[in-house]
Amino acid sequence: MKFQRWIQHHTNQITATTAGLIILGFIGRFTGQTWLDTSAFILASIIAATPIIIRAWEALRVKTISIELLVSIAVIGAFVIQEFDESAIVTFLFLFGTFLEEKTLARTRKSIKSLTEMAPTTAQVVQTDGSIEETDVDFVDEGDVVLVKTGAQVPVDGKIISGSAYLNEASVTGESKLVTKRPGELVYSGTMVDNGTIQVTATKVGDDTTFAKIIELVEDAQDTKSHVEKFIDRFATYYTPAVLLLALLVGIFFRDFKLAITVLVLGCPGALVIGAPVSNVAGIGNGAKNGVLIKGGEVVDTFSKVDTLVFDKTGTLTKGKTEVASIQTYGNDRALLYAAAMERESDHPLGRAIVNYATNHDLSVTDLVVNATNTIKGQGMAAEVNDHHVAVGNQTLMTAEKVILNSDQQQLLASIQHQGSSTVLVAVDGTLQAIIGIADVIRDGVKEDLRQLKTMGIKRLVMLTGDNDLTAQAVGSQLGIDEVHANLLPEDKVTFVKQLQKENHKVAFVGDGINDSPSIATADIGIAMGGGTDVAVETSDIVLMRSSFGELIHAYGLAKKTVRNTRENIIIAIGTVAFLLIGLIFGYIYMASGMFVHEASILVVIFNAMRLIRYAPKTIKASVKREEPTNSAVTTN
Amino acid sequence: MSKAILQLDALSCPSCMQKIQGALEKQVGVEDVKVLFNAAKVKLNFDESSVTGDALANVVRKLGYEVQSVKVKAVQQ
Repeated sequence: MKFQRWIQHHTNQITATTAGLIILGFIGRFTGQTWLDTSAFILASIIAATPIIIRAWEALRVKTISIELLVSIAVIGAFVIQEFDESAIVTFLFLFGTFLEEKTLARTRKSIKSLTEMAPTTAQVVQTDGSIEETDVDFVDEGDVVLVKTGAQVPVDGKIISGSAYLNEASVTGESKLVTKRPGELVYSGTMVDNGTIQVTATKVGDDTTFAKIIELVEDAQDTKSHVEKFIDRFATYYTPAVLLLALLVGIFFRDFKLAITVLVLGCPGALVIGAPVSNVAGIGNGAKNGVLIKGGEVVDTFSKVDTLVFDKTGTLTKGKTEVASIQTYGNDRALLYAAAMERESDHPLGRAIVNYATNHDLSVTDLVVNATNTIKGQGMAAEVNDHHVAVGNQTLMTAEKVILNSDQQQLLASIQHQGSSTVLVAVDGTLQAIIGIADVIRDGVKEDLRQLKTMGIKRLVMLTGDNDLTAQAVGSQLGIDEVHANLLPEDKVTFVKQLQKENHKVAFVGDGINDSPSIATADIGIAMGGGTDVAVETSDIVLMRSSFGELIHAYGLAKKTVRNTRENIIIAIGTVAFLLIGLIFGYIYMASGMFVHEASILVVIFNAMRLIRYAPKTIKASVKREEPTNSAVTTN
Repeated sequence: MSKAILQLDALSCPSCMQKIQGALEKQVGVEDVKVLFNAAKVKLNFDESSVTGDALANVVRKLGYEVQSVKVKAVQQ
């Protein structure tokens, strides 16, 4: 055992020694020193074959016929028929190839490695006596209080209990703009305190933190295989023994020992086995670096085939930061207060806008008593506030509550909705008392981004929203969306997605990850906007950390590029095998040259995959900029 | 049941995966062995009454792979 481990650890030195001995052997050959020629090649073969044979044996013990086994048999065969130079060169090339593979593979994994290296390692834990002890993050418990100073990394997910700070949350949200956080607000492990000192009670530690989950997700993603990879894996398990069998048959029927062992070397499935996974590793790594988390090779594959994009409106196409834009009241001034009181606990964007409005205008709602709250999904809510029956919601709710709108009110409603604002109606004791117009800003550059997605292969853009038809149409026409469906409940959205799938479309659903989880799960590809929320990270196939459409373009372009790269690699691998076989038939390929071509093809596929690390999509804005100088050049001419 | 995560030195050959997986699965009380090739990590669940995390790390070491760290966490059933 010890000997085996020593060999494993010194493989690089063994490779170098072998190289030296081979050179010595050739010196001997050209100077006519036959003893040096023979002995140097014999020694080189033995030294270099040792680690290969050990690996072959270890794999055999767990019933795996490995590439090393093929090479071992070939080398021993060459040794037996006294082709010492062949056996030496083949073993050297194999070891040196493996060495280069390791180095280049490490490059393709670098994106992920740099991500994991950003993980915090120690925490300043505040002890019960007030002193501070530096502790390994693994030993921090939930409920512990940690101190984080300027320049330090937040070691846990938790709530600030004292102090305030400017934080850089790029590692979790991808957004490098500094955010201010005060007591009561949440901070995330892996984020940096840019300025300030805070004390944080840990709510999640170690592997449960959002940052750790992101890393885990990306690590798992790189090992989640696509259909192509699974097929190749299955193929390889039969292919390697088949090569062994083929060599045996060649040996028996042609009575040509040399040819048989050459088949063993040429048959190694190297480039084929490594080609597809290495593309995916590089592609997924590129995504992670650019704020796009893709969960595995299968997702890459499916996403590249997507032709229909379905969007949620609020929080996806729009910023989801809604504001009260207009208020029309009818007699009862307290209607708005009642609505704010009822929406206090709500996380609906429209509800939050009303609460924010009340807070910003110093309208106190604390003296109001809210009872019997009833939330009606997709409509709004009703409750008893200070013994008044109050309904807050859309027109459907008003109809259900038998609230009648006069023609002036209907006109106002229509005109607000025509501007693309959402409307919330407030009725007190069965009479309409307020019409609140709430506007939601469309994300910057979405229109251009959607147009670019279309040039990249998306055929149909669909928007599904729970909002009213007029608002939906207003947003849809501003953005150039092909199809708009409004007034939908979450389950209606799922039905629409299923309908599109029935029409043979590959559908990706883009949502904000919380109320859209059913659609995200149903679609062929679920894409969550909004970095860091647990639900988003878990239910979706792709997470856009910065919630930007630029990332969506990046993800789509990357998926297409990765799939093409995988295809190229498979072609290179199969081409190599064909080339070697033809070469063998016509007799210009032998063991050493075969091994050389074989190792070279492995490096070629790795280098090809490495191109993906640098991939960035061409943006429309950039291409506009590029056009300008050409135009001016024309005019000056 | 406990969950263990072993961080290994970089893995370079897919057959290492099968070796490690096979050897760990043979251990009594070990289940759900998952070898992450690219992350060079092994994740598994084990019964702490029949085996320890360190013993599992030694199984991997004996196969010739360096184990950098072992993390063991109790899992509530």
